[in-house]
Amino acid sequence: MSAPWPMSSVLAVTVLQVAAVVVGGPLLVGLMRKVRCRLEGRAGPPIRQPWLDLRKLMRKERTRPEGASWVFSAAPLVLVGSVAVAAAVAPLLGTAPAFGPSADLFVVVFLLLLGSVALALGALDTGTAFGGMGASRAMTIGALSEPALLVAVLALSIPARSSNLPAIVTRSLAHPAWLASPQRLLAVVALVIVIVAECGRLPVDNPSTHLELTMIHEAMVLEYAGPDLALLKLAEDMRLGFLVALLAVLFAPWGIATTPGPARLALGLVAIGAKVAALGVVLAAAEVLVAKLRLFRVPELMAGAFVLSVLAVISVALA
Amino acid sequence: MVATALFGLAAAAVGAIAPPRARVRLSVALTLAACACGFAVAADVLAKGGAAAVHTNQLLPLLGLSLRLDRLGALFVAVSAGVGLCAIVFRLGYKGHGLSSRTGSCVLPLFVTTLLLVPAASAVGTFMFLWELMAVTSLVLVLADHRARDEVNRAGQWYAVMTQFGAAVLLLALVLLAQRAGSQSFAVIAAHGPHLAPWVRSTAFVLAVVGFASKAGAVPLHVWLPRAHPEAPGPVSALMSTAMVNLGIYGIIRVGDTLLGGGPAWWWLLVMGVGGLSALFGALHSSTSTDLKRLLAYSTTDNVGLILLGVGASGLFAATGHRPLALVALVASLLHLVFHAVFKGSLFLSASSLQQATGLRNLDQLGGLIKRLPLSAPVFIVAGLAICALPPLCGFVSEWLLLQSLLHGLPSGDTAIEVAMPLGVAVLALTGGLTAATFVKAIGIGLLGQARSDDAARASEVPATMWGGAGLLALLCVVFGVAPGLVLPAVVDAARSGLGYGTAHPIAQGWSVGLTGVRGMLAPGLLALGLVVAVLLVAGVRQLAQRGAVRRTEAWGCGREVQTARMQYTATSFAEPLTRVFDDVLDPTHDLDVSHSAESRYYVESAAFHTTTHDAFETRGYRPLATTLAWWGRQARRVPNGSVHRYLAFGLAALVVVLVLVG
Repeated sequence: MSAPWPMSSVLAVTVLQVAAVVVGGPLLVGLMRKVRCRLEGRAGPPIRQPWLDLRKLMRKERTRPEGASWVFSAAPLVLVGSVAVAAAVAPLLGTAPAFGPSADLFVVVFLLLLGSVALALGALDTGTAFGGMGASRAMTIGALSEPALLVAVLALSIPARSSNLPAIVTRSLAHPAWLASPQRLLAVVALVIVIVAECGRLPVDNPSTHLELTMIHEAMVLEYAGPDLALLKLAEDMRLGFLVALLAVLFAPWGIATTPGPARLALGLVAIGAKVAALGVVLAAAEVLVAKLRLFRVPELMAGAFVLSVLAVISVALA
Repeated sequence: MVATALFGLAAAAVGAIAPPRARVRLSVALTLAACACGFAVAADVLAKGGAAAVHTNQLLPLLGLSLRLDRLGALFVAVSAGVGLCAIVFRLGYKGHGLSSRTGSCVLPLFVTTLLLVPAASAVGTFMFLWELMAVTSLVLVLADHRARDEVNRAGQWYAVMTQFGAAVLLLALVLLAQRAGSQSFAVIAAHGPHLAPWVRSTAFVLAVVGFASKAGAVPLHVWLPRAHPEAPGPVSALMSTAMVNLGIYGIIRVGDTLLGGGPAWWWLLVMGVGGLSALFGALHSSTSTDLKRLLAYSTTDNVGLILLGVGASGLFAATGHRPLALVALVASLLHLVFHAVFKGSLFLSASSLQQATGLRNLDQLGGLIKRLPLSAPVFIVAGLAICALPPLCGFVSEWLLLQSLLHGLPSGDTAIEVAMPLGVAVLALTGGLTAATFVKAIGIGLLGQARSDDAARASEVPATMWGGAGLLALLCVVFGVAPGLVLPAVVDAARSGLGYGTAHPIAQGWSVGLTGVRGMLAPGLLALGLVVAVLLVAGVRQLAQRGAVRRTEAWGCGREVQTARMQYTATSFAEPLTRVFDDVLDPTHDLDVSHSAESRYYVESAAFHTTTHDAFETRGYRPLATTLAWWGRQARRVPNGSVHRYLAFGLAALVVVLVLVG
């Protein structure tokens, strides 16, 4: 990092990032649905439909199943909070978020884990078979995707010799040749597979199904209604938006604000928006082509991602 | 230190002689005093450096008793004293297991005292004496309940065999070193250690690793741990799973780094291998255990594995000339050791609270306790989230530092490091994920949802000393997680004293905490603040949106009229996907008993399903070994058949052999 940013710019970047993820997450999901519908020959709902759904849910009544405790009510808060803090930690618009020296890739991973654990506990608190089923499956897939995730993170950290996110981004900007190297592509593929699993997208989980045999995420949120459900849906969308944005920053960091200033920030915002939208279109198009995997085939997918990320680390370390 | 020993001995004596009414209170007060003295000495040594030393020839015949506490030992004494204080407070409310009996009141203080004194031993004789005293007292405490249940006896047998095997191997290692160095004093051995013949050094190191690993509960010598820890009385299991397994790690650092002054890379790859295997194996088994305390015991094996991974990485860095990194890795593993003692101590104590409140240890029968135990349950939740390495709790900080120390080894010119470090990160990641699944299961099935049995539905809150003792440690999980700077300097000093070199020091910069040699910092306080602000903001938004009170509804039961607690997921069903994915390692057996109705076999009257997972080391390693040994024993019994003539012939033959050998 070059000269330190003034405090006001640092705060502005942080607040803007969180706001962008909050606003942009549902829009990204709307865009992906639209692309999917078009490719399937349907008109599809408008891109802002997820926001309309959230507004509708916010106006409804809150319910709580008999026997559930405070954990049930606290889970959506922690889930949204953890994704929001992750969005504040990572450099999405500018290379100096408020967490600057401690904006660490591992911190982001553990923050997202906090959200997953909170959601699984909320699901188990309902005391129903569905809650347990969803929590069990989500935690299993989470556990299996963790090695691929952290080793891919390791592969990205080695060239910068640090897992500090601004350091990684700054180094990538300074060495564009690295961006196209085959080692990196291995890490990209591993990370994409993990992100697909973490966000419960096809082929790991189908977010638009309510079939008992297959559902994972939907089984966990089955008992939530009204504002609580709105928060969970928002968190899910934010998580997708955030992870896609992180992917964009890690693999194509151009446009990110490296110096303070409103113009640079605006450019950063436009750049990240465009990159996320492009990635979203690609992901949605890919989803049309794949079918959901059987639950017990998912470990093989994760093992594949793990092998890719180990190859990435070893080839980076040898290079 | 003398005061620690005196208070401890006095507590034991009071426990043995005092009348029943005063016995418990007096011995508890004296044990607390012993812990407090131990903590004070350790804190003093850690703060000022130097060492507290005592030597006397009066107490132990031939060898004398010599104690000398340096910073490395002081860290372990401080941890033992801290957990000891909470466990002893907890013990005041703890019923059952006959801890208040004469034996219990006498032996528990002795056990605590040995835990405080072992890291101060500075000669082979003193060390082995205290080590064995610790083993024997803990064995007596494990057996406290032996009349009531048969499993206790079997747990005691496993523990006795493993601990004596470990001690024998350890004795060989230390005697070999003492004989070669020409003195039993650790200081003299440390002076000669680096210059001994390579085969002596390697033999002693490998033997010491085997001996200490058996105490630390590392694979494949862990088999006693998931048996003995669940059967031991609550406070004892907490002490065994934290302070006592720590001493196994202490031994490996003391022998490998201090006495032998480091060694070739393969030593440390061995340690890393044992650590990695323990971490994976422990995490897998704890993720599928349904017995709450067995789950915690396997999780201890898992964490010991992670600590050994750090210790091994530290040695490997030192062996390949990366001295600053060696210190970072050792700091990371010692930090994890301290934090593991804090959260695992709290988890074992609160698991004992749950056991006392319900009489149950099986997760499949618990549930709904968060409403029945409004204080003990949150304590368990906080400690359980800390072990999952979730921010802003303490486990997160130490795992982050462990990951950093592995990351900083790359890229390096050394092939061993380049292969070991990514594998180490993968092990950390998989165990991290499995730990999260394990404790979501323990919390979600054990405390949340609806009660799965009548005993769980009738549970009532335990005495204040119990949730207080466990709660104090849970509070420390939060405090150390938000402000790791409180313990980091002490840990760095201890690691430096263990390695004997290094100039690293902790950095504190505004919100951020770091360590020289690590590129990157952590701002746990800022993260915690961010999380609190975010959660409050979201709660505010939800409050604004809310209309009227929250409506109580019935949970969705697929349209069925009746929704019972039996329809919930159990711990077994929660772990089923993992059991299936890892069936090669876990080797599960499924039993389905279906009994049909008398009128028609198309109607099922009842069905019972059991899944049992097997410890592969036990079924494939120990059982065949035990069978073989028993066979040899039976064969050997045929030789002495009672005939006097045969015995006379044996005597003559032995005499001839001796004469031939001597002559």
